[in-house]
Amino acid sequence: MAFLEIDHVTKYFSSPSGTGQVCVFKDVTIKIDKGEFVTTIGHSGCGKTTLLNIIAGLETMSEGAIILNGKEVSGPGLDRMVVFQTFSLMPWMTVFQNIRLAVRAGYPDWDREKITAHVHKYIDLVGLKGAEDKRPTALSGGMKQRVGLARAFSIEPKVLLLDEPFAQIDALTRGVIQEELVQMWNTTRNTVFMVTHDVDEAILLSDRIMLMTNGPSARIAEIVDVTIPRPRTRETVIEHPHYYKIRNHIIHFLVRHAKHGTGGDGGPPDQSASEAPVEVNFERDASVLR
Amino acid sequence: MAGERTGNFKDTVFMSGTFLLVFLLAWHLFTLREAFDPKGLTQEQLQTMEFNGDIVRTPDGGYVWNPEKEKVKGVPGPLAVLEKAWVELGEAFEIKGTNDHGIAYLVLYTVSRFGAGFLAASVVAVIMGVLLGLNKVLFRAVNPYIQILKPISPLAWMPLLLYTVKDPKWTAVLVVFMASLWPTLATTAFGVNTLRKDYLHVAAILQLSWLRRLYRVILPGAAPAIVAGLRISFGSALVAVVPAEMLLGELGVGYLSWIEWNNLDIAGVIFAILVVGVVGVILDSGFNKLAGLVTYQE
Repeated sequence: MAFLEIDHVTKYFSSPSGTGQVCVFKDVTIKIDKGEFVTTIGHSGCGKTTLLNIIAGLETMSEGAIILNGKEVSGPGLDRMVVFQTFSLMPWMTVFQNIRLAVRAGYPDWDREKITAHVHKYIDLVGLKGAEDKRPTALSGGMKQRVGLARAFSIEPKVLLLDEPFAQIDALTRGVIQEELVQMWNTTRNTVFMVTHDVDEAILLSDRIMLMTNGPSARIAEIVDVTIPRPRTRETVIEHPHYYKIRNHIIHFLVRHAKHGTGGDGGPPDQSASEAPVEVNFERDASVLR
Repeated sequence: MAGERTGNFKDTVFMSGTFLLVFLLAWHLFTLREAFDPKGLTQEQLQTMEFNGDIVRTPDGGYVWNPEKEKVKGVPGPLAVLEKAWVELGEAFEIKGTNDHGIAYLVLYTVSRFGAGFLAASVVAVIMGVLLGLNKVLFRAVNPYIQILKPISPLAWMPLLLYTVKDPKWTAVLVVFMASLWPTLATTAFGVNTLRKDYLHVAAILQLSWLRRLYRVILPGAAPAIVAGLRISFGSALVAVVPAEMLLGELGVGYLSWIEWNNLDIAGVIFAILVVGVVGVILDSGFNKLAGLVTYQE
């Protein structure tokens, strides 16, 4: 049985004019195994972040259910920790205090020394030793997100939800932090659900990549298996014969859907609106190559 | 760079000092009165003037303007104010009568009256502001009333407050309370209401208890807005305390200015005004120190 199940989740927003509702995405269904790293890619407005927030329990869904470890979840909880695009560090707290806030919440029965030691362990893990007493304002974007990652990993959540975690970090630092994330994830093997715009990032990190069509009424069109063995690094991953096949496939998908526009501006209607997502695996089937 | 800064600082001090000197000199010259000159006056006229109290006889047989009458003739010069200040500060800790307490006591009365009203109002305003800020429906329901009550001058409440509590001492505190309530209330509600959703999301995911959420996230997150509100309240309370003392006859630096007016001691009035200014500056700098401790940069 799948560890995290997103079961026919549909989200409606009431339209801005107040009359009727707009469907953001429809019948999103995916089963994620324990320790699996799944990424969602799609154009802005397809509801990726909304989906992630629904899994986190920060937003409500209109229909469907989120099932974690056999139990339906409602509302936010310590078992699903989010790494935010905007870092979401408390600016009035130091690095240490930001992480301690999470550790205290995650392990309420620990004593002070144990909490302090645990916080320091994760600060060391993300290489922020010496910056413990700095406030987020004094940190670069990359360092801020390292704090965000340390905070998320420190409570050892069952599911890690990454909401475009590296979008606000400069390209050079981004690569470094991506590899740090891989290393951390290798030791913990949390189940991860990530949302991103960055195709290379998705291939480097994920086991499977969900491709979403544009909203309104977005849906999962394809699920691409990343058939590149781990461990992966930024250097070796691009050498793999499947790398550019997968990359081109995803980019073709995104370009094709960009032409259709985002708001139903005269593009051809999506014929396959009710079909199950196509599963793409370049090892199993080389013919899907476009 | 550092040298440049000290240079600027020196220039600033020099300029400030020059402005002060020019002002004092001008003040002195414009208020200067010529010494009494008996030339051209008959003995009879001089006797009438002495009888009227316009002039007094000096021990060496000459005449000078009566210094008591001088006090209310025109605006006193800086030297007269300095002399008054010297006398007042010399007996700062003396109590000579029911209405004649030393300046140190008057400052103490005003500061404690101000402090009590301001602190009580701040506590009430922050609690109410947080409650309103957390509940959008409640906020929208109450906001029109706040908007109506906010612009009312705190002094306008005074007759009603005096009638209700029947004690000028508490009425003065309550006027300060009314003056400092609304700005803090409105900005606290706004600050909590517009707190970045991210922070609340983190608090929700971490399943923080209600109390911890309040003390670790909501209050520190809204602290810049709360401090901004307190600052406005602070100014408005400081403005309100002086006329409240005047109208209610409560001993304090505001009342001092009124007593001196009743005594027709204009130098005393000017001295009282300066004391109000100094007290304001001291309270304000204390407030700024406190505010610096709780605010943060995004």
